[in-house]
Amino acid sequence: MRYAMAIDTKKCVGCSDCVVACQTENNVPIGYCRDWIVEVVDGTYPQLELEIRSERCNHCDNSPCVRCCPTGASHVEEGGFVLVTHNKCIGCGACIASCPYDARYPHPDGYVDKCTFCMHRVTKGQLPACVATCPTKCMYFGDLDDPNSPVSLVLKNRKHKTLIPEAGTKPQLYYLI
Amino acid sequence: MREELITSGRMNPLVDPQLHIWSWEIPFYLFLGGLAAGILFFAGYYVIMGKEKEYPAAIEKTPLIVPFLLLLGLGSLFLDLNHKLFFWRLYTSIRLQSPMSWGAWVLMVITPVSFIWAAIHIKKTFPKLKWPYAWMDELEKFFTSYKKVIAWIMVIYSLILGIYTGILFSAFNARPLWNTSILGPLFLTSGLSTGAALNIITAKSEYERHKFTRIDLMLIGIELFLIIHIFMGFLASTQVQIDAARLFLGGPYTAPFWILVVFFGMILPGLLEILELRNIKIPVLIPATLVLVGGLLFRFIWTFAGESSRWLY
Ligand code: SF4
Ligand code: SF4
Repeated sequence: MRYAMAIDTKKCVGCSDCVVACQTENNVPIGYCRDWIVEVVDGTYPQLELEIRSERCNHCDNSPCVRCCPTGASHVEEGGFVLVTHNKCIGCGACIASCPYDARYPHPDGYVDKCTFCMHRVTKGQLPACVATCPTKCMYFGDLDDPNSPVSLVLKNRKHKTLIPEAGTKPQLYYLI
Repeated sequence: MREELITSGRMNPLVDPQLHIWSWEIPFYLFLGGLAAGILFFAGYYVIMGKEKEYPAAIEKTPLIVPFLLLLGLGSLFLDLNHKLFFWRLYTSIRLQSPMSWGAWVLMVITPVSFIWAAIHIKKTFPKLKWPYAWMDELEKFFTSYKKVIAWIMVIYSLILGIYTGILFSAFNARPLWNTSILGPLFLTSGLSTGAALNIITAKSEYERHKFTRIDLMLIGIELFLIIHIFMGFLASTQVQIDAARLFLGGPYTAPFWILVVFFGMILPGLLEILELRNIKIPVLIPATLVLVGGLLFRFIWTFAGESSRWLY
């Protein structure tokens, strides 16, 4: 099992509903966020190109954050969820410095926090809160090992990319382009 | 033109707008670790070489402060933790892929060793000192008979500790400025240099002082060579590393680094040391202090600059 997410940059309008849905679902403390919207403008007027991306932890296959954690608090769960065990985390910040996507942050309670791919929902058969909320239905989630999962199907048919693959982390968030 | 903006307003404290998860605690800890490593290395090395008579300051005197340095270092590492109550978790697992983890374990070994070393030598500096219990005298005798073994442990572990202070950073490929394998040897050399500088201050005989002045001069030379090497490597590497090097070549860290660290922390003390070796009277405190302060600033600047070097946005 290998869960992954695909996000359609052509459909995303940057409304930030996923950001708010995550904050609500996961009780993210005020002033913090586990996902965010990036707008990229490329070119010179009038030849401009716009890409909108909803970003979060990439649940990397080769995750530096898990490798550098001195206590094993950062770990990979069955299915590829990269998670932090709160009462094992000493808050040293190594994993925060090790993530090239800056996807982690220090929770005010001391431990490190980040996107969980809503594992608590996914194991119950639900979609992550951001995916379930998206009004343009531009996010796909599922098991890459299942050829008929929504994410496998859309990746088969669409051109896609990952963010900074050259960082060597093997990110599992795919952007349809 | 390409413009990338986070439009949903990500403002996670200590991460945005620029990573600042490590403030003074980690560079201070790395400086103390490097200094302690330098002192212990020279103490152990000269005992192994059988030169106890020639280098009394390096072997008996300077190591007396190492336990304090290491405790202060561990204390500042502790202050850096955000989830302090779970500190003990560091010592319930050994994770070889995590420099943080094996660094903590190396400290666990070298701190007690430094206490033992200080205890078996302290009477040389404070001859009136007496242990309150008889078993402590026995223990002192016991450890003194294994002095060479302890010296070997110190040499090996101090080299690991010194190099660890650099590897802690170089293991992070997310921060292009830190992600260079030269940082291990560079921080090790800098740590040894600060250790030698302290020995220059504590040395009583001119023979010992001049020996460490020569050693320090050589170490400064190696440091300068490694620094040139690091920047050559960056400039011949990928765009993110070129950008990282530019932080020091025209960017915000140019003046602090080249003036405070390289000039006042290496070149100037190096020149003063050359004069001292030519028997021109220079108060040794000046070059040695410059080396120590330079080493401290080096860790601070490299920590903060590294946090601002990145791949995205
Ligand atoms: S995106 Fe960052 S936090 Fe998430 S798995 Fe990759 S390296 Fe770790
Ligand atoms: S902050 Fe917590 S999860 Fe991150 S590396 Fe340190 S102990 Fe591990």
